[in-house]
Amino acid sequence: MSSLAMRPCGDFRTSYKQDNTIFETKTIRWFTALVIGLACFAPFILDAYYLTLFIQISYLGIAALGLNILVGFTGQISLGHGAFFGFGAFASAWLNTSFNIPVFICIPMAGFLTMAVGMMFGMPAARIKGLYLAIATLAAQFIIEDFFGRAEWFSGGSAGSMANPVELFGFAFDTDESFYYIALFALVFMYIWGCNLMRSRDGRAFVAVRDHYLSAEIMGVKLNKYRLLSFGISSFYAGIGGAMYAHYLGYVSAEGFTIFMSVQFLAMVIIGGLGSIKGTLMGVVFMVLLPEALEGGVGIMKDTSWGNIPMVVDGLAYIKEMAIGLVIILFLIFEPEGLAHRWQQIKNYWKFYPFSY
Amino acid sequence: MAEAAAKLEELSPVLSINNIEVVYDEVIQVLRGVSIDVPQGQIVTLLGPNGAGKSTTLKAISGLLKTENGEVTKGDISFMGQRIDSKSAEDVVRDGIFQVMEGRRIIEDMTVIENLKLGAYTRSDNEINQDIEMVFQYFPRLKERTGLAGYLSGGEQQMLAIGRAMMARPKMICLDEPSMGLSPLLVKEVFGIIEKINKEQGITMLLVEQNANYALKAADYGYIMEGGKIVLDGTKEQLLNNEDVKEFYLGGGNETRKSFKNLKSYKRRKRWL
Repeated sequence: MSSLAMRPCGDFRTSYKQDNTIFETKTIRWFTALVIGLACFAPFILDAYYLTLFIQISYLGIAALGLNILVGFTGQISLGHGAFFGFGAFASAWLNTSFNIPVFICIPMAGFLTMAVGMMFGMPAARIKGLYLAIATLAAQFIIEDFFGRAEWFSGGSAGSMANPVELFGFAFDTDESFYYIALFALVFMYIWGCNLMRSRDGRAFVAVRDHYLSAEIMGVKLNKYRLLSFGISSFYAGIGGAMYAHYLGYVSAEGFTIFMSVQFLAMVIIGGLGSIKGTLMGVVFMVLLPEALEGGVGIMKDTSWGNIPMVVDGLAYIKEMAIGLVIILFLIFEPEGLAHRWQQIKNYWKFYPFSY
Repeated sequence: MAEAAAKLEELSPVLSINNIEVVYDEVIQVLRGVSIDVPQGQIVTLLGPNGAGKSTTLKAISGLLKTENGEVTKGDISFMGQRIDSKSAEDVVRDGIFQVMEGRRIIEDMTVIENLKLGAYTRSDNEINQDIEMVFQYFPRLKERTGLAGYLSGGEQQMLAIGRAMMARPKMICLDEPSMGLSPLLVKEVFGIIEKINKEQGITMLLVEQNANYALKAADYGYIMEGGKIVLDGTKEQLLNNEDVKEFYLGGGNETRKSFKNLKSYKRRKRWL
């Protein structure tokens, strides 16, 4: 089988090792390498618009991966992820401008700072769960948002703060093309780290805490430690994502990190598939591209004869917003397990095509 | 004399529960003075009808009472000479008692091997893979099942739960109703393996069961619990031959079927402490 480097149709995994690999076959491994390799050439082919979209996907993707570790794998919930994302953004800019620490060190440092903050706000998780925890993390969202507005030494208050571009060995990554590589590297790195985390002892403990906290406890898993740790790791991811966002845009304003952003992160994770690393990215891609696609669709409609009717033109803007909501609702009804599950089903369908069961 | 002393030494209890009382929510008293001794390397079974407090006794041992708002208000539990009644569940595991919970409670979203590795959570040595092989020797059918553990049959899930307990290399395993929901043939198989593990690995077992027949056959010593108290205890032979046990737990008893009138007036021997 391995010499053929092909996957037989159907699920023919015969050993547990096969069950546990990241890349199921050689083909998938080469394909992944190929995609990453091709992605390296993207700046030469694609124009700035698509690069911007990709960079957006990467920093939101990193943050969403963190949220999936928290919500999907550990079964906690957080409505404050957007605020943690913002905290990472401000922290990195603050570390850079106040202490003159190079930006590429600031980004991981901002991650750790956010981790500390996240664990502080994750403490209620030791005691409460479900809806109550959601409300407790909602408080985190508002407290941190308020902090952004007031702490001028940290965030520049309502004026916001400037963030310098990433600089490495005297080379500034200040264009879309160059920053693209940073984004790509960070995304791949964090993605692989997330995959491996979930295959480790700690990853198993997370899933055990989610599925059967009682049996996790009698196996010696310290529940509170893992609940707190999952908040820490998820905030770490949010912090890294936020820091990337800050140094990409060059300017951070407190207004962006509202509850809406937190909910959007949750939507990404749920649409992508709770408890699936791969699905998270699919969810992010979906949530980033959906408004763009709808925007494009509206643009096309405006060019047709429909565009001459003023009511339609006005209405289209509303329809776009509503369509996003509608798509999310439809997703929850028809694909509650997320895009990752749908992807698996599509793969299965083609594997057996045309002779399905 | 020396021989008798050695025998006594061998049979000295690893786990001794001394007259404990357990109260839930500070009002519901479930255990009213329960004392159980589990000797090293033996299988001890705890029988009784629903609501007798069997599972509560196990939870008191494994430290799970706190999560259900229960509390040991009186008496003490000691394991290998150490008090464990105030320890948290995760510390009790590290001391060497592993509980296999009622209803198996395996992690459905993980593969068999991940479940087993999770069982070895408290260990940090490098022999985990060898132990997985050992578990597969006891439960060969688990080795063939790839994919998620949630797709295993009930019996296989029970086997996985027992195998997972073995992965922690415990000194003692508490089994809460391993026969629940299994077909008679599977019950036989599972109990056979439990006995085998006990003999070959020397793991002490405390077996809580409804299926008195199998439990008593597998066990060395048995306790019978009713209404939060131990009403009867004895060796396997004593219990198997006891008229009351036959009548109430094993079925049959006297060849002539008793009328319900007789059953009502029936009184059990009290065990005074």
